[in-house]
Amino acid sequence: MRPGTGPGSPGARPRTDLIGKCLLAYAGVVADDLFKALADPTRRTIMDELAERSGQTLFEICARLSMKHGLGISRQAVSQHLAVLEAAGLVETRREGRYKFHDLTTAPLRQITERWPVSDTPGPEGNTP
Amino acid sequence: MKIHLTSVFVDDQAEAEHFYTEILGFVKKHDVPVGEKDRWLTVVSPEEPAGTELLLEPAGHPAVKTYRDALVKDGIPLAQFAVDDVRAEYERLRGLGVRFTQEPLEMGPVTTAVLDDTCGNLIQIASRPQ
Repeated sequence: MRPGTGPGSPGARPRTDLIGKCLLAYAGVVADDLFKALADPTRRTIMDELAERSGQTLFEICARLSMKHGLGISRQAVSQHLAVLEAAGLVETRREGRYKFHDLTTAPLRQITERWPVSDTPGPEGNTP
Repeated sequence: MKIHLTSVFVDDQAEAEHFYTEILGFVKKHDVPVGEKDRWLTVVSPEEPAGTELLLEPAGHPAVKTYRDALVKDGIPLAQFAVDDVRAEYERLRGLGVRFTQEPLEMGPVTTAVLDDTCGNLIQIASRPQ
């Protein structure tokens, strides 16, 4: 018997255990991160701006928040908001040479409609700010 | 008191001279040898030959790299130059192969863009209503 395949070894565990844990993490921790990230109006504004143009530097994001939205928040605070969005999978950063760019990644939002499917009946009129 | 000179650190003065004159369009004002290989190299705007000089200063000090790398990573420009039309200038410079880290962005009356000067700095160009 090869090491790691005996009845008591970790390698012998049914693979469904592992998959089950992943699903639990997906449904629990990741969803919490997602809703926490979305709960802040400044973070939603950052997402709006990244939706308008992908691949922004920290400088550009800060400029948009202060010049377009009149938000007087420090660069450090914007960095922290971006870290929360990144932890929730809503923002990805990429290094290109000496630069660092931020992209919006909306795939995690699919969890919301998968969990609470949107019905075909028309909802209340008007947009949520 | 007047601001008659300001400076940016450049990796290579010959390359900086090329970029700031041939690409950006400034004109050389002073070029004086200093020490073995450095130069007192300044440029001015052709629109203001007697205006503020920009010193293209050798980036030899060990602290410069750390300082500039951190700013470039976050996209923070070290100087701002005024242009009449940011978008037109963006198109012109893009055509010359200049890399922008921020494309033209209109924020109320001000339009800005950020470019890489190829000498280690990010530079912002800006236009505002006269």
